[in-house]
Amino acid sequence: MITQPAIEVRDVEKSFKDVPVLRGVNFEVKAGSVFALLGSNGAGKTTLVRILSTLITADSGKASVLGFDVLTQPLDVRGSISLTGQFAAVDEVLTGRENLVLVAKLRHLPNPRALADELLDRFDLTDAASRPASTYSGGMRRRLDIAMSLIGNPPVIFLDEPTTGLDPEARLEVWQTIRRLAEAGTTVLLTTQYLDEAEQLADRIAILHEGRIIQNGTLAELKRLLPPAKVEYVEKQPSLEDVFLSLVGKETR
Amino acid sequence: MTSHIIGDTGTLTGRSLRHIVRSPDTILTTVVTPIALMLLFVFVLGGAISTGSHGSYVDYLLPGILLITIASGVAYTSYRLFLDLKGGIFERFQSMPIARSSVLWAHVLTSLVANLVSIALVTGVALLLGFRTAASVAAWLSIIGVLVLFTLALTWVAVIAGLSAKTVDGASAFSYPLIFLPFISSAFVPTSSMPGPVAWFAENQPVTSIVNTIRAVFAGQPVAGTLWIALAWLVGILLVAYVLSIRIYRRKFS
Repeated sequence: MITQPAIEVRDVEKSFKDVPVLRGVNFEVKAGSVFALLGSNGAGKTTLVRILSTLITADSGKASVLGFDVLTQPLDVRGSISLTGQFAAVDEVLTGRENLVLVAKLRHLPNPRALADELLDRFDLTDAASRPASTYSGGMRRRLDIAMSLIGNPPVIFLDEPTTGLDPEARLEVWQTIRRLAEAGTTVLLTTQYLDEAEQLADRIAILHEGRIIQNGTLAELKRLLPPAKVEYVEKQPSLEDVFLSLVGKETR
Repeated sequence: MTSHIIGDTGTLTGRSLRHIVRSPDTILTTVVTPIALMLLFVFVLGGAISTGSHGSYVDYLLPGILLITIASGVAYTSYRLFLDLKGGIFERFQSMPIARSSVLWAHVLTSLVANLVSIALVTGVALLLGFRTAASVAAWLSIIGVLVLFTLALTWVAVIAGLSAKTVDGASAFSYPLIFLPFISSAFVPTSSMPGPVAWFAENQPVTSIVNTIRAVFAGQPVAGTLWIALAWLVGILLVAYVLSIRIYRRKFS
């Protein structure tokens, strides 16, 4: 059976003033999979996410989410997605609970309070629920941010560099959350500049470079692009991350 | 989705009203300057000013002070709007299935509530300073109506500033000329005391007609002509600022 892709991007181009940012991007994301867009700063990742979440329009090409065209059916797209941008989009003045209730109300869901409590519990924020978000640490803020994005269980989630600026512990927490989302069948489009993040989380990885997708495949397929691995004997030293995490008492995965 | 516009605007207005309740200093800083001006003019300068009317000077002064209060209050609208744009919260709202214009309307309604509170505080201080009026309930309502129109008109100007500012300071700087405008009007001294070109400017700028209207209603005098000029200014500024705001908003976030 051929199912419709959750996200479809065809020949999308976008320039800002005279600077081309996207020069004909093509890819699709299978429903229920985790797709990583890998690219360095300025590769056009955020621009692509902003087009898919109907914040800006492409100059040419077509993009759709769950079959809804981002240009002609933006409301249906917005009803199907959730965006977690590069910077935590929380209201600093409101408490964690109030932030969640606000989003639940704007999504017109019944029982906003019960939903908020459930997510606070799931994201380990119950103790901090009544504190203003401005008092949260970077990791807590990110957790609240992602929790806000999950309200109403949108079938497609965009995560734009979700772990940039987080400490290693918070980063692992976010990874855990993404894995759980994938297990629950949510389609995740993730952008990242960290190779290990794509390696850890994604079913498919596309490399966006200077406005074009230059490679798109599974991790195994991408690895086959290079000459086969040579066998060498190397003493395995723990990485600094292993050391740090074992000292602060967290497991690597 | 337009059916949600009222509900969404209500939810978002509740959010920004919480901001005001949690930092009441935004109301205090709004009313401190007008109250200080009122004290200065009533107790220091007012004695030397001949207004040509028989009421006390605070009666003469209050309408202009109320306009200054609103002009400084709306700066917080552009400030809050700018912060929403800078933080990610605005994009979150924009990527959700809500009525998009409700994001702006929420800020406008919040401004209205905050400014009405400020006006009540300043009027309360004026009463302590000896302000007296024989205005009927209907007269009070018409004054509140004019002040609401003035707040809406200036708030939409503030929305333009908030949407197009590049820095926090830039977002609220637009209000300085607005606060200054009442000084070159009939708000503090009669325009007849000013030299020719200044008097011409003072008589033909919007603040004078609005001040004269409110002053006349407080004093129970007829307002006919000046009221229509004031309303024409208010509705005109409101419409132009609203259309410009929506246009900038659409161009930036369509």
